[in-house]
Amino acid sequence: MKPASFEYHAPGTVDEAVSLLAEFAEQGGRVIAGGQSLVPMMAFRLARPSHLIDINRIAGLDRLSVEAGTLRIGATVRHADIEAASHGGTLGRLLSEVAGSVAHPPIRNRGTFCGSLTHADPSAEWCLVTATLDASIVARSTRGPRTVPASDFFLGVMTTSLAADELVTECRIPLLADDARHGFYEISRRAGDFAMAAALVAYRLSNGRITDARFGLGGVETRPRRLPSAEAMLAGAKPGAQSFRAAAEAAAAAIDPMEDSHTTSDFRRQLARAVTSRALERSLT
Amino acid sequence: MTATVDVELHVNGRLHRISIEPRQTLADALRDNCGLTGTHLGCEHGVCGACTVIADGRAVRSCLMFAVQAQNMRIVSVEGLGDPGNLHPLQRAFIEHHALQCGYCTPGFLMLAAATLQQTPDIDDAALRDVLASNLCRCTGYKNILTAVKAAAAEMKARSSR
Repeated sequence: MKPASFEYHAPGTVDEAVSLLAEFAEQGGRVIAGGQSLVPMMAFRLARPSHLIDINRIAGLDRLSVEAGTLRIGATVRHADIEAASHGGTLGRLLSEVAGSVAHPPIRNRGTFCGSLTHADPSAEWCLVTATLDASIVARSTRGPRTVPASDFFLGVMTTSLAADELVTECRIPLLADDARHGFYEISRRAGDFAMAAALVAYRLSNGRITDARFGLGGVETRPRRLPSAEAMLAGAKPGAQSFRAAAEAAAAAIDPMEDSHTTSDFRRQLARAVTSRALERSLT
Repeated sequence: MTATVDVELHVNGRLHRISIEPRQTLADALRDNCGLTGTHLGCEHGVCGACTVIADGRAVRSCLMFAVQAQNMRIVSVEGLGDPGNLHPLQRAFIEHHALQCGYCTPGFLMLAAATLQQTPDIDDAALRDVLASNLCRCTGYKNILTAVKAAAAEMKARSSR
C-alpha cells in the first residue's frame, strides 16, 4: 500500500526541528530519521502522520564519538555506522557484534540507532543494549533538553516516556572496562527477523569471580530490562556451567512473557532460558 | 491530496526534475516519474528487497525512502548498472548461472550485490550469504544467485588487477 498524504519539512537545525514539532506534534506530526520502521507502518496506514519532520539534513546529528567515558550516538547514526565503527573499545565491539543481528544490511544502511529506541519495539536489539548498559537518552523540545535513563524510557510495547514534541538528539552509553566480557544471543525464526528472545550480558572478573554483572532480556516482555535476580546469581560466582544455569533459571522465573498467536508464554520462557545460557556461554569466548 | 513539491533526483548520472507528492516513495518516483521501471516493487514495506537501489554508495530499500529525501543523493538503479549491449559482470553471471527464473527479484539482487562488491570486493562466503539473505527470491532458491555473485566477484577482481 501507499502511505497517506503528509506535509514534509526538512529543518536544517535542531532548533528548527523542535519548533516544528512544537507546532505540529499535537496534530499528528512525527519525526522521520531512517524511516525503516515508520515508513512500513505508513505503508500499512498503521501510522498516518499529518506532518513529517525529516532530521536527516541536520548537521552534527550523525556524530558517533567517545566523550567523557561515554559513547555518544547521534540521532542520525545508522546501524551500519555502528557495525563498522572501530572506536568505543569493548563497548564498540559489543555494539558492532549486536548490529549484525539488526534486520538486514540494506535496512542497517538507512535505519538509525536512536530511531530504533524511539520506536521501542520490545524485540529491538538496541533497546535491550541501552536498558542493560544503563544508557541515557537525550531529548530536546522547545522547553529545553532532558536526559532520560533507559530504565525510565521504555514503558511498554512501542511506548516510551518521550513527549510528542520531543526529539531524541543523542543516546549516551557508558563505556565498558577494557577487560569486560560480554555475550549476546538472539533467537529469531530466520536471520534478520525480529527477536523472539534476546539476552545480553556484560561483567568483569576479579580473582576469577564475576563482578559488575549486567544482564538484560529483550523480546520476551513488553519492554527490555535488566534482571537483578539473574545478576545476583552471577555476582561473586565463577563463570561456568553452574552459575550460568542458576542465572538462566532466575531469568526464566523472573519474567512475565508476552504471548502471541505463534508463541505461548511457556515457550517464550524456555526461549528466555536458552538465550540466557547461550549469551553467558558466549561471554567465555 | 497534498500539493506537489519540486524535487531534483540524480539517477544514473542524469538529473530528473520531477513534481511529486511528499508521500511518494523513491521507488514510485523512479518508476512513475523518471520512467525507470527496472526497479521493481514487491512487498512495499521493506521485506522483499526487490526495490533495492544504491543511494550514495549504499544499498537501500527504495520503498522505505520518500523521494523528497533522496534529493542531493546519487542514486543508481538497475538501468545504471549495464545495458543490453554492455552487461555488467553481475548481469552476465546471473544469466550464465541461471540465477533467475521469473526475474522479478533480479534488479534488487543485482543492486544489492553490486553495492556489496563495491564496498567489499573480497567478501567471504559466509558474509555474502548473510548479505544475500536480505532479499527474497521465490523461484531459484538462492544457490544460483550465490554462485553467480561469486563468479562475478572473481571476474571483477581479475579485471581490476589486470
